[in-house]
Amino acid sequence: MSKGNSLFSPANKKLLFGPINMNNPITVQVLGICSALAVTAQLKPAFVMGISVTVVTAFSNLIISLLRNTIPPRIRIIVQLVVIAFLVIIVDQFLKAYVYDVSKQLSVFVGLIITNCIVMGRLEAFAMSSKPWPSFLDGIGNGLGYSLILIIVGFFRELLGSGSIWGYKVVPQAFYDFGYQDNGFMILPPMALILVGVIIWVQRSYSKELIEEE
Amino acid sequence: MNFLRKYIDKIKPNFQEGGKLKMFHSTFDAFETFLFVPNDVTKKGSHIRDSIDLKRTMIFVVIALVPALLFGIYNVGYQHFLSHGESVGFWQMFFYGFMKVLPIIVVSYVVSLTIEFAAAQIKGHPLNEGVLVTGILIPMIMPPDIPLWMVAVATAFSIIFAKEVFGGTGMNFLNPALVARAFIFFAYPSAISGDKVWIAEKADAFSGATSLAQASAHEFDKIASVQDLMIGFVPGSIGETSKIAILIGAVFLVFVGVGSLRIILSSIVGLLSTALLFNVIGLNPYMDMPFYYHLLFGGFLFGAVFMATDPVSASQTAKGKIIYGFLIGVITVLIRVVNPAYPEGTMLAILLMNVFAPLIDYYVVDANVKRRLKRVKVSNN
Repeated sequence: MSKGNSLFSPANKKLLFGPINMNNPITVQVLGICSALAVTAQLKPAFVMGISVTVVTAFSNLIISLLRNTIPPRIRIIVQLVVIAFLVIIVDQFLKAYVYDVSKQLSVFVGLIITNCIVMGRLEAFAMSSKPWPSFLDGIGNGLGYSLILIIVGFFRELLGSGSIWGYKVVPQAFYDFGYQDNGFMILPPMALILVGVIIWVQRSYSKELIEEE
Repeated sequence: MNFLRKYIDKIKPNFQEGGKLKMFHSTFDAFETFLFVPNDVTKKGSHIRDSIDLKRTMIFVVIALVPALLFGIYNVGYQHFLSHGESVGFWQMFFYGFMKVLPIIVVSYVVSLTIEFAAAQIKGHPLNEGVLVTGILIPMIMPPDIPLWMVAVATAFSIIFAKEVFGGTGMNFLNPALVARAFIFFAYPSAISGDKVWIAEKADAFSGATSLAQASAHEFDKIASVQDLMIGFVPGSIGETSKIAILIGAVFLVFVGVGSLRIILSSIVGLLSTALLFNVIGLNPYMDMPFYYHLLFGGFLFGAVFMATDPVSASQTAKGKIIYGFLIGVITVLIRVVNPAYPEGTMLAILLMNVFAPLIDYYVVDANVKRRLKRVKVSNN
C-alpha cells in the first residue's frame, strides 16, 4: 500500500471524524431530522437508534461500494433500497432478540431507517463513487455523527423531561418536594427540534466557517 | 429633572465612540432614551414628522393595560377571601392581591430585562420598550398561584427563543407573552389548567373552576351571571377576568391609534359568528350555549385586544388584518367547543394565526398586484 493510502491515512481519518463535527449529518447537512425528533425522548432508545443507524449506514455503504461497478445506473435506487432493507431487517430482528423493551419503544422507527435520508444520501453521494474501505469509514462516521446528536438531545430531554438518565432517577426527591416539576414540554417532539436548533446555534458560534453567507 | 439631564450629558462622552465605556453604549442609550425624549431626527429624505416612536407606542400599551391589571389585583384578593368565606374590606382584598401579583411582575420584568440587556449588549443593538409590554403581559395571563420559578423559566424561554434568536424587537413572528404562557401550558400543565389554580390559596371545599371549564363539563347552571362576567368577579388568569376594564383599555388603544380596530372587531365577529353557527348545529349542550357567552368567557377579549393586535406578529395589510382577526375568533371557538381537552382556545388560536399572518399578507398583496395588472391590460386594449 502506498503512502496516503493506508488504512487510517489523514484523508480516511477525515472521512471518519468529519461527519462528527464539521460535516455532521443532522446539524450541518440537516438530514435524518424526523427520527431525531421521534426517538430522543429518552436516552436509551436514542442510543440504540444511533447504533442501529451506524451499523446500517456502514454496511450498506460497504456493500454498495463493492457492487458499485455492477449496478446499472438506471435501477441503482432500487438496488440500494434492497440492500438497506435487508440490513434494517437484520438490525430489527437483532433488537427484538436482545433488547426487546427498547425495540418496542422504537416501534416503527427501526423500520423507517430504510427511509432515513442519511443512509440513502451517503450511498448516492459517496459509496457509488468510492472504494469499499473509505465508504465503510464514511458510513461509520456519519452514523456516529448522527448518534452523537441523538445522544445529546436524548440526554437533555430525559434529564429535564423525566428527571432521569438511562431510566435511573437523578433529580433528587427533595427537589420535587420543594416544588420542582419535570418539564412536560421536553417529552414532546417540538422541544427536540428546539434542542437541535440550540445545538446548531452552539456549534456555529464555535465554528464560524459553518455560517452561510447571506 | 434638570440635574439628571446635566448628569447624563456629563457622562455621555464616556459611552460614545472612543470613550472608555463604549462597550456599554446600548445600555446607556436605553436608560437615556427611557428618561428623555431622544434628540435624534431623521436627516435625509422626506418623512412624516410625528413625535410618536416605538417607545411611546409601547408605553401606551402599558397604560392601556393598567385598568385590567388593577382590577385583576383586586379580583385575586376578592376570589381568595370569597373561597374562604371571609368578608373583608376593599383595601385588604386589594393588598392581598397586590402581594400575590407583585412578585410575578417583578420576576417577569427582572428575567426579561436581564436577557434583553444582555442581548442588546452582545449584538450592539439599542434596547427598547417592547420588553416592558411583554413583561407586564406575562403576569396578566398567569394564574395567581403560579410558582415563580416557572414564570422565570417561561419568560426566559420566550424572550430567547421567540424573540432574540429571530433578531429581537420587531422581528418576533410570535407574540412573546403568549409563547411564555404556551411554554408553561405544555411544560407544566398542572400549574396552569384544571380547577385548582385560578384562585390564590383556594379553600379546598370551594370550586375554583373557570366558566370555560364549567361550560366544557356542561355544568351550565353553575356559570356566573352575565353581570359578574362583565365586571370580572370570576376566577381566571390575573388580567383576563374583567371585560369592562379590558374594554376601557381597548378604547384607549384604538383612540391613540396603537391598537388595530380592524383586528379587534373582526376577531369578535369571527368568534360570535362561529358560536352562532354552532347554535344552529346544536349537537351537544355546549354548542347550544348562548353565543355571546363565548365573548365573556376566559381570555378571549384580553387576547383579542392586547395580543392579537401586536403590530409585529399580526398581519400588516388592511384586508389581511380582517382575515387574521376573523380566523382567530373562529379557531378560538373551535378549540373551546370541539376539543374537550383544552377548555380555552384563545392562546393557541392567536399563536397559530401569528404563524399564518405573513402568508395572509403575501396573498393579499399578491391579489392586489394581480388586480392592478389586470386593470393595466384592460386600459392597454
